[in-house]
Amino acid sequence: MHRYILTRLFYAFISLMLLSVTIFVMIRITGDPVVLMADPGAKEEDLQALRVELGLDRTYVEQYVIFITKLARGDFGKSFMYRIPVFELYMQRLPASIQLAGAAMAISVILGIPLGIFAAVRVNTWLDSFSNIFANLGLAIPSFWLGIMFMLVFAVNLQWLPVQGSGTVKHIIMPAVALGLVFTAANMRLARSAMLEVLGSEYIKLARIKGLTEGLVILKHAFKNAIIPVLTFACINFALILNGAVVVESIFAWPGVGRLLYEGVSSRDFPVVQTTVILGGVMIILVNLLVDILYAYIDPRIRYGQ
Amino acid sequence: MDSSPVVAAGDALGAYSSVPPAWRRVVGKLRGGPLISLGILGTLVFVALCADFLAPYPYNSNSRYTPEVGELRNKYLPPMWQARGRPQFILGTDQQGRDILSRLIYGSRISLKVAVVAVLVSGLLGTALGILSGYIGGWVDQVVMRITDSWLALPPVTFAILLAAVVKPSEWNIVVILGVVYWTRYARVIRGEVLSLKERDYVRLAIVAGCSRLRIMWTHIMPNVANSAVVIATLQLGVVVIAEATLSFLGVGVPSPQPAWGVMLNDGRAGLMTGSWWLSVFPGLCIMFVVLAASSLGDWFRVWSDPQLRQL
Repeated sequence: MHRYILTRLFYAFISLMLLSVTIFVMIRITGDPVVLMADPGAKEEDLQALRVELGLDRTYVEQYVIFITKLARGDFGKSFMYRIPVFELYMQRLPASIQLAGAAMAISVILGIPLGIFAAVRVNTWLDSFSNIFANLGLAIPSFWLGIMFMLVFAVNLQWLPVQGSGTVKHIIMPAVALGLVFTAANMRLARSAMLEVLGSEYIKLARIKGLTEGLVILKHAFKNAIIPVLTFACINFALILNGAVVVESIFAWPGVGRLLYEGVSSRDFPVVQTTVILGGVMIILVNLLVDILYAYIDPRIRYGQ
Repeated sequence: MDSSPVVAAGDALGAYSSVPPAWRRVVGKLRGGPLISLGILGTLVFVALCADFLAPYPYNSNSRYTPEVGELRNKYLPPMWQARGRPQFILGTDQQGRDILSRLIYGSRISLKVAVVAVLVSGLLGTALGILSGYIGGWVDQVVMRITDSWLALPPVTFAILLAAVVKPSEWNIVVILGVVYWTRYARVIRGEVLSLKERDYVRLAIVAGCSRLRIMWTHIMPNVANSAVVIATLQLGVVVIAEATLSFLGVGVPSPQPAWGVMLNDGRAGLMTGSWWLSVFPGLCIMFVVLAASSLGDWFRVWSDPQLRQL
């Protein structure tokens, strides 16, 4: 088991290094940030001075070595635009992202899992068909379009909710629903198939043969077992929601890390992009690692298979 | 086909008095879902191919042949069934006075191109890497799988935004970017299948018979994983269409005068506050129907091709 954990940790580290190299090179190919930063009509000497100041006059290899040694000491560098440490900037934006992702995940769990369970219990009824249609729609509607439709109905026509921004509970409703719908659909499908699998198993048959009431069979025997993979999946999703909200955050002017990344890309703020991508990558890779280890702990076949 | 066991069994049970005509057998096989999906996707292909004949106006306001379209006095006209609507602009006009319906029709070309080419690129790339990684194993496997892991550590759309910022926005660049982003799923699933396939007797026999590795991968492994690759590809169709719309919407996808549905949604934001809903509603509905059709076709195909593939 220790060996398995160590190998997985090593793999995770390699993936992160690969990610950091990829992002480092890619963001530099997008172009010269100095041109966007300097005043229009600035002389070539001024531009060059700015490049030297930001360390952009060195070769890619030198820049990467400097970046990675600083990173090892926990220093993510300073933002080109805001001139403050990027980590500070990231931490300012993170709470808003966690709020939004938390709300979206809450919606996806509270709505998705019960709907999936009911669909499995009442399989092949109108409820099942309804939840199937709902899941297909949820996966087919782009989140940003849903956001726009919400704005049109609830903000422009009915004027119940504010169009954009953040601060109050009213602000979070539309982006959270728009962001959470896809995951609601995914949770629903997973809960339905997990529950169907459990309901077909031997111990459920036994419980029925014993003469337990249907409610007790479902709540006490089936639900408890079916919910485990679904909740695991929902937790993995949290990391994805948190880092994948770029579009929804930019439509609703939500001050989270997704928008920070988007701003960073469009203003070629290299340290900002590197930091958001790498920290997001750390989150996702860590969650995946935890799940892998958990599964290997539960099921020995996985760790010997490696 | 007349002596096929299904029909024979049907005859024996007295269910068929005679062999059903060919079209009925095809329809019978398709029963249970994909007819509507195929209808929608078929319409998409037809509209995309015949856009020049179907669209009442050119998609661009700058055309000199129909000066009436794109004149600024025609801007923000609602659909024809509304009070201010005009019969010649069925779904209304946008902020530059361009006909929405015509732009939607031309936009189908971009979605079709993306769906076909991006899925082909990602499918070929992912399948090839999956087979190589699974069959050769060793360090090749390590390299491919570590790259897959680091690829998966970024949400795909974020990744695509970054790549799109690297290259100049154009239709073809976006298509290739989406192909490059979405190959990981094929690689993972197919590698897993190859790992079990390469232990089969026929592969061992081929090794004994002196086949080269390349030949084994091409003639013995590839045909056996093709089925899964096609299933994943069908399921990915809708995913790439949404991704393209997202990129175009953010302004890093298909460049603006092109009538991609995502671009139209982005344009529609200008009219949102004044209540010009037709700018935003129709392109989104088009995306939704195409994705819905593609994903339910994928689901049906998955179950039809092999019930064991349900977990894909």
